[in-house]
Formats: sequence, structure tokens, C-alpha cells
Amino acid sequence: MSAVLRIPTVLRPVMGGESVIAVEGSTVGEVLTTLTTTYPAIKGQLLNDDGTLHRFLNVYVNDDDVRYLGGVEASVRNNDEITLLPAVAGGAI
Amino acid sequence: MLTLTTSQRETILATCVRALPNEGCGLLLGSPEGVVSDVIPSENVADSAKIYEIDPKVLLSTFRRVDHDGLTLVGVFHSHTHSEAYPSPTDVGQAPDPTWHYVLVSLAARPAQVRSFRVIDGRVNEETLSIED
Repeated sequence: MSAVLRIPTVLRPVMGGESVIAVEGSTVGEVLTTLTTTYPAIKGQLLNDDGTLHRFLNVYVNDDDVRYLGGVEASVRNNDEITLLPAVAGGAI
Repeated sequence: MLTLTTSQRETILATCVRALPNEGCGLLLGSPEGVVSDVIPSENVADSAKIYEIDPKVLLSTFRRVDHDGLTLVGVFHSHTHSEAYPSPTDVGQAPDPTWHYVLVSLAARPAQVRSFRVIDGRVNEETLSIED
């Protein structure tokens, strides 16, 4: 399956400077694993060592948050639009 | 330097006061030069007085709006309810973007304090916060 990946500004420096790229994979996990092979510097920001989604990464397939679709098992169909959005968080501690 | 209008500063303060006892937060759109055009309040989905997280739904809609309207996401604001308006180690560790402006509100101060910072390679530098009518 070929989908479109939209990359936010903050991740572009470690992903070749692109804002939109084509990605291959039938699940979110396959897409992210392929990305970590192509862009090794991003690995720690996408997936945990056990292959689950990083706590501070939001991934959308079209308008849907993949945490509610099975996480890395979420299906990716041809021409789906995948968006990666690192969480914006912090706090007083 | 970051430039806010008086009204935008009030929106930031009101968002943080409404979120009490939790931290309040939101996003800032504007020009690359740091002139804010829009303050976008968010729910603190961390639901905490000590940490904040922008609602992912707000993040997604803002990301798409930025893409569509040619605006720039220039930063984020959040409050500290019981400490000074200065980035904590958590704030610094999770500062995602060296180009962003990090606006901190202290509701512990009387009157409330609003300050703006840049966080680059883990180093915190306060910047001028200009308030214009």
C-alpha cells in the first residue's frame, strides 16, 4: 500500500527536509518501521524498543488517532494520509 | 522577541485561570519574526496541576490550518500554578522546536507573570516580550 505521510516542521530536519513523502506499508507499524530504517535519527521519537508507539507521538490516519484503531496494528490503505505530530507537553516538575 | 497584543495576553491569562487548579496551555500562531496572530487555547489533556499536554485534536486542527493558511506555529504557552514563570527541566526536556517561543505564565505571582523564552540545545534564554495595543 502506498500512503501519503505529512511531516511537521519539527521532524523535517531529521527526515530529509521534506514536508510530504510517499510511504509503503499495510499497517502503521510497518510504515513507521520503514521510516526508522530510512531515517535512523528519528527512531527514538517514533517507536519504543518493544515496537509500540512512543508515548509522545500522535499518529493520525486521515482524521483518526491510531491509538483508538489498534496503535501500530492500525490498517493503512492506498492513498491514506498519515500525519505524525509529536506531543506538545511539559510542566512545572 | 515575541510580540503579543494586550488582548492576546489576556486570552492567555484567562485560559490559564480557567484551567485552575490544573496548568493551562495553548498554541501560538504568527509570523516567523515572532508577531503573534492567533492564540489557540487548548484543554490540558494531562489533567494535571504539574504537567500539561496540548489536546492532540487541537494540535491536528492547528497543523492543518497552518498548512492550509500559510501561517506558522511559532510557539506554545502554559502556566505554572505554584512556581515561577521559568521553564522547568521537564519543559526544557520536552521543548520540541528551537524555533519556537515558549511562553510561561506564573499564577503564583501577584499579579500573574507572563514571560517568553527560547530553548535551544537545552539552553534557556529569556527574550523580550512586547505587548502592543
